[in-house]
Amino acid sequence: MSKSLFARNPSVLIFLACLALFTLGVTALSEALGTGLISTSFVKTLGKTLCLCLIAIAMDLVWGYTGILSLGHFAFFGLGGYMIGMWLMYERTRDIIVTSMANNDIPPTPQEVTDAIGNQIFGVVGSSDFPVIWAFSHSLTLQLVLVVAVPGLLALVFGWLAFRSRVTGVYLSILTQAMTLALALFLFQNDSGLRGNNGLSGLQNLPGLDAVPQATVSLWFLWASALALGLGYLFAAWVVSGKFGSVLRGIRDDEARVRFLGYSVETYKLFIFTVTAIIAGIAGALYYPQAGIINPAEIAPIASIYLAVWVAIGGRGRLYGAVIGAAFVSLVSTWFTGGQVPSIPLGFYTIDWVDWWLVLLGLSFVLVTLFAPRGIGGLFDYWTNGRPPNRHGQDLGPGAGALQEKEADA
Amino acid sequence: MRVLLAALAAILFLSPTLQAQPTTVQEVLQAHGDAIAKGSRKSIGPAIDAIAASGLPQAQTVLETWQAKDMWQRKSDGLFFSAKEVAKKTYRLTDFDTGQTVGEFDKGDLRQLKPNSGVRALIGVALVQFQLSDPDPARRLDALTAIQRDPEPSHLAPLRASIDGETDPAIKIRKQQLETLLTIRFDSDDASRIAAIETISKDISLDTRATLNTLLATTRKAAPGAVPETENIAAVLKPGTEQLSAGDAYTLLADNGLAPALITDGEQRNILSANISGGKVSGVPVASLNTQAARDRAYAALVAEGKAVPRPTAEDITAALANHSFYDAYFEPSKPVTDAAAKALKSVEIRVAFNQTLDLALDGISLASIFFLAAIGLAITFGVMGVINMAHGEFIMMGAYTGYVVQQFIPNYTVSILVALPLAFAVTFAAGVAMERLVIRHLYNRPLETLLATFGISIALQQIAKNIFGTQARPLTAPEWLDGAWVLNDVVSISFIRIAIFALALIFLGVFLFIMRRTRLGLETRAVTQNPRMAASMGINPDRVNMLTFGLGSGIAGIAGVAIGLFAKVTSELGSDYIVQSFMTVVVGGVGNIWGTLAGAAMIGFLQKGIEWMNPSNTLAAQTYMIIFIIIFIQFRPRGIIALKGRAAGD
Amino acid sequence: MNFLKSTLAGATMLAGLAGTAFAAEDTIKIGVLHSLSGTMAISETTLKDTMLMLIDEQNKKGGVLGKQLEAVVVDPASDWPLFAEKARELLTVEEVDVMFGCWTSVSRKSVLPVIEELNGLLFYPVQYEGEESSKNVFYTGAAPNQQAIPATDYFLEELGVEKFALLGTDYVYPRTTNNILESYLKGKGIAEEDIFVNYTPFGHSDWSKIVADVVALGADGKKVGVISTINGDANIGFYKELAAAGVSADDIPVVAFSVGEEELSGLDTTNLVGHLAAWNYFQSAESDLNEEFIAKWKAFAGEERVTNDPMEAHVIGFEMYVKALEKAGTTDVDAVREAMYGIEVPNLTGGTAVMLPNHHLAKPVLIGEIQEDGQFDIISQTEEVPGDAWTDFLPESAVLKSDWKELGCGMYNTDTKSCVQLLSNY
Repeated sequence: MSKSLFARNPSVLIFLACLALFTLGVTALSEALGTGLISTSFVKTLGKTLCLCLIAIAMDLVWGYTGILSLGHFAFFGLGGYMIGMWLMYERTRDIIVTSMANNDIPPTPQEVTDAIGNQIFGVVGSSDFPVIWAFSHSLTLQLVLVVAVPGLLALVFGWLAFRSRVTGVYLSILTQAMTLALALFLFQNDSGLRGNNGLSGLQNLPGLDAVPQATVSLWFLWASALALGLGYLFAAWVVSGKFGSVLRGIRDDEARVRFLGYSVETYKLFIFTVTAIIAGIAGALYYPQAGIINPAEIAPIASIYLAVWVAIGGRGRLYGAVIGAAFVSLVSTWFTGGQVPSIPLGFYTIDWVDWWLVLLGLSFVLVTLFAPRGIGGLFDYWTNGRPPNRHGQDLGPGAGALQEKEADA
Repeated sequence: MRVLLAALAAILFLSPTLQAQPTTVQEVLQAHGDAIAKGSRKSIGPAIDAIAASGLPQAQTVLETWQAKDMWQRKSDGLFFSAKEVAKKTYRLTDFDTGQTVGEFDKGDLRQLKPNSGVRALIGVALVQFQLSDPDPARRLDALTAIQRDPEPSHLAPLRASIDGETDPAIKIRKQQLETLLTIRFDSDDASRIAAIETISKDISLDTRATLNTLLATTRKAAPGAVPETENIAAVLKPGTEQLSAGDAYTLLADNGLAPALITDGEQRNILSANISGGKVSGVPVASLNTQAARDRAYAALVAEGKAVPRPTAEDITAALANHSFYDAYFEPSKPVTDAAAKALKSVEIRVAFNQTLDLALDGISLASIFFLAAIGLAITFGVMGVINMAHGEFIMMGAYTGYVVQQFIPNYTVSILVALPLAFAVTFAAGVAMERLVIRHLYNRPLETLLATFGISIALQQIAKNIFGTQARPLTAPEWLDGAWVLNDVVSISFIRIAIFALALIFLGVFLFIMRRTRLGLETRAVTQNPRMAASMGINPDRVNMLTFGLGSGIAGIAGVAIGLFAKVTSELGSDYIVQSFMTVVVGGVGNIWGTLAGAAMIGFLQKGIEWMNPSNTLAAQTYMIIFIIIFIQFRPRGIIALKGRAAGD
Repeated sequence: MNFLKSTLAGATMLAGLAGTAFAAEDTIKIGVLHSLSGTMAISETTLKDTMLMLIDEQNKKGGVLGKQLEAVVVDPASDWPLFAEKARELLTVEEVDVMFGCWTSVSRKSVLPVIEELNGLLFYPVQYEGEESSKNVFYTGAAPNQQAIPATDYFLEELGVEKFALLGTDYVYPRTTNNILESYLKGKGIAEEDIFVNYTPFGHSDWSKIVADVVALGADGKKVGVISTINGDANIGFYKELAAAGVSADDIPVVAFSVGEEELSGLDTTNLVGHLAAWNYFQSAESDLNEEFIAKWKAFAGEERVTNDPMEAHVIGFEMYVKALEKAGTTDVDAVREAMYGIEVPNLTGGTAVMLPNHHLAKPVLIGEIQEDGQFDIISQTEEVPGDAWTDFLPESAVLKSDWKELGCGMYNTDTKSCVQLLSNY
């Protein structure tokens, strides 16, 4: 334990340097402060990708390091987005209302202002009253607290229930998936008070900053996302580097042994589950103002499964792997579905990537699982060691699925 | 020309002598030509009455032709004919009066009269008098249906008269039933009405309840002082109770002009705003009017100046409510009749409630059997083999699409379903075996990775289905003998297709039990699942057994797909709609036990229907609460309803 | 057939790319913002094809203002945030002059802030819930008073319905429409307990309970009618269950606002004959213009394809845009917008559509009965009804008015005589 965090994990410094370079580069090429080579919409895409990388790190912590395949982390991501979205919507609508009511012959009462805001926000979904859950939406501070608190609490309660009754493995995966599904279905209802299927929209317009062009706002969010990603990476690297990290990996490889050694496995799992949920919430709170709209479809079970796909393709059990996976797959995905990729004419049939991209993704996913369990990140092993980590011929755990010593170090 | 004719028709219509004795039905039609051409239920009444009352022998034919949308108008002279298509866009016209063919005309020269269903119903009512004793039983039934839809007092007499002459026993019973209902509603004699009411107090049919409820329709009224004696009172209400809130009671008073209307905050604001002068409202500066209290003060000042009416205070409202009585009064004036009806309705409603529970139970069983069918394949692959197959839903989808494709080649629905079932099994069996050989067998020790890999297959399969069949839902039509429903009474009914699914679920339960307990494959499967090495040393080939078992589970999913496609729809997302529920069914029920899956399906099905029943306006909520319930349930019984004990439970 | 379609889409995509590369300065760029993949693809791809056909046709006529038209097709993939992103891309990177696109309300709400910020122009072709009038959007689909209200009137007056079941999929269009209808029906003297409202999730398939509930509504002797805002696939299960329960259109008529020719092609319609749908256009409308359009469409897209209401909306929208360009003499958004007001083009169903200063159209309302061949028999056609952005049947909206020509405001409060806001609610 004598060496510093960075000395033990040179990859952390490299990663942070790359991130800083990337951010500077984008800034220099942006429309707002640079040459304008990168369009505002692409800056937004890059900013969003950074947020996805952040949640991928959370996923890697919980799955790659602790072995809990959570298929529900996008629920936390979405909740974070909803929490910040409530403030953005409320405040922007309030600005509009106050300006418009200033023209009235009689100044409005506070009640009238609230009613008018309610009518504006919920008029779209055929209601006009503020639901209880909007009680704090007037305060940025409180909503920011909720960004952390709501996903954290949900994860804490859910995790406590699940881990307490020793739900593990695939059962836990299915249970987390059920949780996301329940949350998505709940939010789809208009009665949930979060505007049902319409969700919260117009989030890219920051209240009181109408004069600032979106080009600048998008850059601010890019910086914020980069900062959050950097801090998240540092935090994750710190968590997995010490003894705590060893216990986590121990739980992943053989939970029973760790328990027999006297560690409170449930507490460790609960901690990591809750912390990653909070990270996911923060990532969501940064993501959705850039996307502009959040609605329940965002947290459908499929989204969380894609998250697992990114981490697996990038290489789990290593933090940079998660980042690479998220960035690579989501950007390639955007590229393919954007219709920018030339189709391949086969004579009798043309492969149109808009239609076939998902097939390719699905199959590549099967191939990665079967033949390259270390994902893209595994390529770095060739670079650092010139060969895969030295396998001692025996698995660490009794099951063939347990990772080997060297992999666990990465 | 047409204008001239219309004018002529108008003159004919107005001239009483001519109108009294029309000699041809065409004259009657022409007299109401505009109304008939317009075809609106609101203005068509006189035209239909005139035809029906014309006393002409053709009246019935005309009405029937019109009702069947076979009456056309010739554009050149506005005359009406019965038309029949003889070739594309060519119609042969027949004169109503002479019954002779007028000629063949191009569609462009004609205009079809399209009575909407409201008008058709009116025609049906008018036809009753002709059809009640018609020799054709179908027409007699038409007449009864028309009466049933729109009963009128005038129907009572002809209906009674027609009962004795009725030869068909089934129609006779229906006539008698209708006669009872009409007696209750329209008979002038209270005693016979009450007698009729008593005869139907055990009948839960929709018509009975409709009749009784119509009789018991009430209106809510308020009156100064005590409840008036003249009314047939259903209930006296106290304001401020659950039946009648104080606010509603006061609104009722205000609406009836018995009390001054409430002035809402918004109206108050508008009155204030109308009285602004020089930046002030009666001396109160406008800028300070940003609280309700300040507005009330300014308003009070306005009232004092006589520029506004005072708002009713809480005391005013209480006093007004105390000085009036509120009650529900029946429209029906006769008290003995309403009493008898209320009594009958009460006994009917108890029966209805019982039957509704029965119907809900049937719905629950039906939903449970659908879940069971979707999950039974999973019970084999996941429950017995422990393999998580996220592509299970896509196997269901493949089965459904197989059914669709078969129907494209075999137009006979019965035959096509009989072909589709084994074919769907074959297709998904092959797919399952291929998947097991290529992917799953490499991952037997890594269940989480199996989950992910099969998920990859699932998105690929789903997208391939989209590329081949498109995103639009495809029809999979049930054979005719599965159309319709098994109707026990007007409350309890269930469609045949759901019964078929239920039967299929039972059959598969039997097949599963048979294979697992009575066949060599079942024995070998159980052996391999419990201890593959030991099984292998006993001469069983675990690879082969795994392959076959997985194929079997997948094949059953394919058959389930055909069944589900028949009752719902075939889309590429069909499978993903069921996958989470299927896993829940297996997990809730208890892994590794078919009875557990059955119990899980039953629990989820009944639960969902139960929640839907409690909150009928929001089906989505039912699904949400059901999932939350399952999550909580699993906390307390992590191994499901029927948990394996001891060694068999494994880990 | 799908292979053919995707080939075609790929080819146009290539053409689009090539076009971008070689396009001279003087083309008029038309952005097509319809999902080509994902759940909405089936409905929206048709609209994309319609646009390509219309642009192609216009180019053969020599383009507009001496310039050729150029389609820029993007795929927002039924992903609502992606709609905003693609709209921004179209406006800032491709610099299109106008966009035709969106289907769902959510996608429109997602695009709104972007086009209002960048002053773009969007033609929205689908019937929607109203309560909106953006400076930058022209609504060529029906507002509630052009579809829902006339259909309800038809129920009340022609069919004598006294009890209503409002069934809808749980999202904004059914919610708002049903809200408006509830308020409208109460105004017509229908008691609250005679209105049954139910919402189901997208793609709902288990309808037995709901159909039983609807049938049970008839227990008090009143005639029951169903107003359905059920969306997409869910309709199939609903109509199947309705048929299985033996509910005929004469007993309980169903009028649907989201079921058109395209949706019926996935169904066996024998048991649905007589149920109703309300639209501004049916393929079966008898007019020369319509026959010509159907023939062109079949030649372009394939013999088995059907036409539907949103397609007509795009046809009208496109022709109006072309006329507005000619009138304004420029592609400048504000000039074109000013020129749009009062422009008239013939409807495919007969009569003319007029663009009103509230950015909605005046169009006739048609009610059709489903026939065995999956087409509609038009049994009622009204005069042109002017689209109303803010409904008159909700108290908060009744005081609002939209007039971009005279008042320069899409949300003008007639009580306080002031413009509530210039931007839209999202």
